[in-house]
Amino acid sequence: MATITLKLNNKSHIIDADPKMPLLWAIRDLVGLTGTKYGCGIAQCGACTVHLEGKPVRSCSIPVSVAANKNVTTIEGLSSDNSDVVQRAWILEQVPQCGYCQSGQIMAASALLKSKPNPSDKDIDMAMQGHICRCGTYPRIRKAIKKAAQLMAQK
Amino acid sequence: METTDRNLSRRNFIKISGLTGTALTLGIGFSASGKDMAIVRASSAETTSIEVNAWISIDTQGKVTIINHRSEMGQGSFQSVPQMIAEELEVSLDQVNIVFAPGNGRRYGSQVTGGSSTIRGSYQKLLRLGASARHMLIETAAKRWGVAAGDCYAENGEVIHKALGKKLNYGDLVTEAAKLEPPKEVKLKNPKDYKIIRKPLPRQDTPTKVNGKAIFGLDFKLPGMLYAVVERSPRFQGKVVKFDDSETRKVPGVKFVLKVNRDEFDNMREGVAVVATNTWAAIQGRKVLKVEWDDSAFPHHNSEELYAKMRELVKGDPISFRTMGNTAKTFAKAEKKVEATYETPYESHSCMEPLNCVANVTDDKCEIWGPIQGPDWIQQNICGHLKLPPEKVIVNMTFLGGGFGRKAFTDYPYEAVMISKEIKAPVQVVWTREDDMTIGPFRPGMVYQCKGVVTEGGRIGSFETKISGQNMDLQNPGADKSAYNSSDTEGFLEGYFNSIPHYSFGDSPLDSPIPVMWWRSVYASTNAFAFESFLDELAVKAEKDPLDFRRQHLSERYQLLIDKLEAVSNWKARKKNEGLPAEASAKVGYGVAITECFSSIVGEVVKVSRDTLGKVKIDKVWAVMDCGWYVNPDIIKAQIEGSIIMALGASTKHETTFKDGKAVERNFDSYKMPRIQDTPEIEIYVMDNEEKAGGVGEPALPPFTPALTNAIFDLTGKRIRKLPFSLDSIA
Repeated sequence: MATITLKLNNKSHIIDADPKMPLLWAIRDLVGLTGTKYGCGIAQCGACTVHLEGKPVRSCSIPVSVAANKNVTTIEGLSSDNSDVVQRAWILEQVPQCGYCQSGQIMAASALLKSKPNPSDKDIDMAMQGHICRCGTYPRIRKAIKKAAQLMAQK
Repeated sequence: METTDRNLSRRNFIKISGLTGTALTLGIGFSASGKDMAIVRASSAETTSIEVNAWISIDTQGKVTIINHRSEMGQGSFQSVPQMIAEELEVSLDQVNIVFAPGNGRRYGSQVTGGSSTIRGSYQKLLRLGASARHMLIETAAKRWGVAAGDCYAENGEVIHKALGKKLNYGDLVTEAAKLEPPKEVKLKNPKDYKIIRKPLPRQDTPTKVNGKAIFGLDFKLPGMLYAVVERSPRFQGKVVKFDDSETRKVPGVKFVLKVNRDEFDNMREGVAVVATNTWAAIQGRKVLKVEWDDSAFPHHNSEELYAKMRELVKGDPISFRTMGNTAKTFAKAEKKVEATYETPYESHSCMEPLNCVANVTDDKCEIWGPIQGPDWIQQNICGHLKLPPEKVIVNMTFLGGGFGRKAFTDYPYEAVMISKEIKAPVQVVWTREDDMTIGPFRPGMVYQCKGVVTEGGRIGSFETKISGQNMDLQNPGADKSAYNSSDTEGFLEGYFNSIPHYSFGDSPLDSPIPVMWWRSVYASTNAFAFESFLDELAVKAEKDPLDFRRQHLSERYQLLIDKLEAVSNWKARKKNEGLPAEASAKVGYGVAITECFSSIVGEVVKVSRDTLGKVKIDKVWAVMDCGWYVNPDIIKAQIEGSIIMALGASTKHETTFKDGKAVERNFDSYKMPRIQDTPEIEIYVMDNEEKAGGVGEPALPPFTPALTNAIFDLTGKRIRKLPFSLDSIA
């Protein structure tokens, strides 16, 4: 066990954890933020995606010790009032069905739009292909990413 | 319909919904016989023999609360139910609040969310409920103004008398209205006057599902709650001989290791639970747990063996389900005939939210929270096992991260309850993805043998199907194994039964210890592949256009759908590639399939082509759904998109296979899901008519696969009769 400082959404949390514990479980069970989801545990589904120093990572496959003292952003840190452009686009295009995978999808889309403000279909495929949605919201995810790009351009 | 004022347990209701103050509260009640339906109002005394499902309540602020008796697992009941109530009640949607009803079969009637039944099972009652409340509010206002109720109307949460220029908010009327008798008869709106129903209004649960606030089962936490993972027999029915937890107990955070049962179709299955202070510690503890299983009492099947057995079984005499005429004789004598065998795989539900459940059992009470499709079933099951009365077993629904049939089942809550009872603490049982994918129950694999005859005139002369696969109904102890499977014809258009002179459907069930269960659209999800592929083969034999071939057997409602499908897919011009050289037409293929499932009819056309490397790709899918009376066209579209993509996965990406009695595919690295880049363009239409409401969440799944394989036949001449297949493998 080790004492680790987690910087989640600009707030520091001091936790006592097995350094090998995946970041996912530290966020969910030790800090208690449940927006980041467990889907597969082996970096195949993308449900657990968070930003580590601004880059999308699979929190199920990163030991919590690696994230210590680094900036981690979860879905809760994007905005709690849905003011973020990706969240707004997700609502406008009515993307979620069950909604379980959407935190990860949104975090991936948000990172994509930061590096490519006007992504092509190919860019979207590349950035989003690691994310599974069992409800099959893919057509709407594609539309919502394009909508978010539009909203960003209008700013 | 009778109208009754019964003294419902108002105190209990207020406790459930968190409402206070005077309110007009109405529910739909059923008499003890279950035959009569009544609109009832809550009074202050205790519950009587009339029980109520689906409540609405209007408080003195005019705020409406609806108790939703069905799960929200993505299909949109959180939006469609309020849309129905708001329409007849004449309030805007932002005046309506919706909360989950806890499991209570006596109070809410069946709450199992399955069979695409949320709307089709209750829409007339819900409309009447809204209209009854509106009627009582109008009557109250009219009385106060001293005018005739007929001269008043309701709009946007107010009762209005236009000539007098008077208006009253519902909130000002509820106290008095609550004293009135609910009306014996109410007039429902004409669909052409709908202002809320039929509109693609945005879902109210969306905002909470884009910022992490929506609470799914796995997100629910109680103070002092522990986390459990369970080692279950990988061979399904194994019994624990002994276990060694010496290493497990050394893992920091591990608190308890104990044997635990789970109730699978009334059969007790065994496991060993590792309980810890967090999920990760429980998972680590389980990794070093050593369990010795006795799995000598049942066969350890391989997939090859199961399918060989099913192929044998369809050759024998089936348990006959539905027959007309004599298919055997007709087939023997016929000149133009076709015979084909189709095979479909076992599948895992693989909801994105793996199974999980929180339970807190105290001395005299049991409370459960989880992603649950059948709360009343769980309540009944736990009451039976713990010998507790229903009021001591509270089953709370969270949002479901997918359901697809798997979460209607009582095994995972049962396990959580038993662990909590034993350790005397609240506990969350978490199924890892590997648990979720390998323990089952699964969609059963099936084999279909079809024999058909085409008449001189190019019609179907005879249609025979023999089905083999595990019958989901035969798993409970003492099940009658000689009974036919009443789902043998699911997916087949009812209309064909009036026009095919000889038909026969029967099944020869396969016996295996593999647990099986409903999977989105249930038997139609596999039957339709056989039926609609075979119809295509018969159409080829008859040398007829596949749409015309179907149309000639069907009545007007089906024909209207076929006409629509033909028009939107530009079917007649499908081989004329406008502006392209003639050889281009040889590079596209079109296929169609039309199925019926949970009272809705869906037709789909798939267009495929070869890319520059000669690989087959899906260019486009057109879907037309006739679900009769409907609520929200955008939710319907979302369900159709999702159904098509789920079917795409089951036909071209994934299957569960078995080796030595164990499921082979354990996670998404081997159970491959369709991804965003696999998704074709999908164009959707919903038929407008006033037929009875049909299901929406499932019926668009069955036609996709046969439409796809029929399109591939059109393109390549190659008939695909076994699923799954890889698009990359088509030469």
